[in-house]
Amino acid sequence: MFDLFKFLGKDESPSKDIAKERLKLVLIHDRANVSPKFLDMVKGDIVKVMSDYVEIEEDNIDIRLNRVPKDDNTFGSALVANIPIRKVKKIGKNIG
Amino acid sequence: MGEVIVITSGKGGVGKTTTTANIGTALAMEGKQVVLVDADIGLRNLDVVMGLENRIVYDLVDVVEGTCRLKQALIKDKRFNGLFLLPAAQTKDKTAISPKQMQELSKELKEQFDYVLIDCPAGIERGFKNAIAGADKAIIVTIPEVSAVRDADRIIGLLSSSGLSDPMLIINRLKIDMVKRGDMMDIDDTIDILGIDLLGVVPDDEQIVISTNRGEPVVSEENTMAGQAFRNIAKRLLGQDVPIMNLEEPDTFVEKLKRLFGLNKRKSY
Repeated sequence: MFDLFKFLGKDESPSKDIAKERLKLVLIHDRANVSPKFLDMVKGDIVKVMSDYVEIEEDNIDIRLNRVPKDDNTFGSALVANIPIRKVKKIGKNIG
Repeated sequence: MGEVIVITSGKGGVGKTTTTANIGTALAMEGKQVVLVDADIGLRNLDVVMGLENRIVYDLVDVVEGTCRLKQALIKDKRFNGLFLLPAAQTKDKTAISPKQMQELSKELKEQFDYVLIDCPAGIERGFKNAIAGADKAIIVTIPEVSAVRDADRIIGLLSSSGLSDPMLIINRLKIDMVKRGDMMDIDDTIDILGIDLLGVVPDDEQIVISTNRGEPVVSEENTMAGQAFRNIAKRLLGQDVPIMNLEEPDTFVEKLKRLFGLNKRKSY
């Protein structure tokens, strides 16, 4: 069906933003030389370990590889994980 | 002692050869002794872009193999004082020379020239490794498209692991109209993604095709945007502080009229 808004480009983000986002994602994997499955595997293991101590909102976990500048002007990779915690389990509270 | 600069990109067709030819010519126009080295063995093109294809007797492989002396293979560009070309062999392939041989050749050349510019072949294989072997610095040419930027990023990584950790970026063929519409990544987007220092921006300019047809580097054409961009890049290499040019065409009616009558010199691009 003819979509007037699509035709006028109103409901689409500028194609350069799409290009930038896609590039950022693909470069994370290129730079780390890892397959897209790598992050899934890391995520699975982190969840497994943390679940002993806390309840995690698994659907909202955000794990990514970022490019970070190093002191010698080159770039390294950093694993950045944002893991929302629903509540701390008893075993976690008793430690320390 | 001069400086060896490799011009590379990963992806083919983004303008490495044109960039090499024009930066080299611009540096020679600034009074420097410059040699352009075509490292694209088997697919040489720097000779035709420079319009020197009819003057080739010996080539890079002949020098490396000792068939001739270096001096015999260097073609002097009679139009620009201090500008020379060392052409690639056309009938051999990349394995005809080794990185070590390129290193030695680069060393010999920089004793005689202020600037040794090496036009690197596309790809990341032997030809690339040969081209970067003797380089002190690297220039990465890219165009603001996903495939070219992705390849540029890969090259940045490979250069870094070969000890060339501070490459300079040239964004080629920027189409200002498309950038304005949001349909092409702009200068900041590209720098943001690649994270290296910007050396220059060259606008998309039909004049490049016209100049290449004629075998004349566009920097020798006074009133071209691309020519001006390359002249600016050469000045930055020489350590001068030249701002990135204004890529906008003057668009008010009065400005158009002024241009029509040649009264309006273009601003500092």
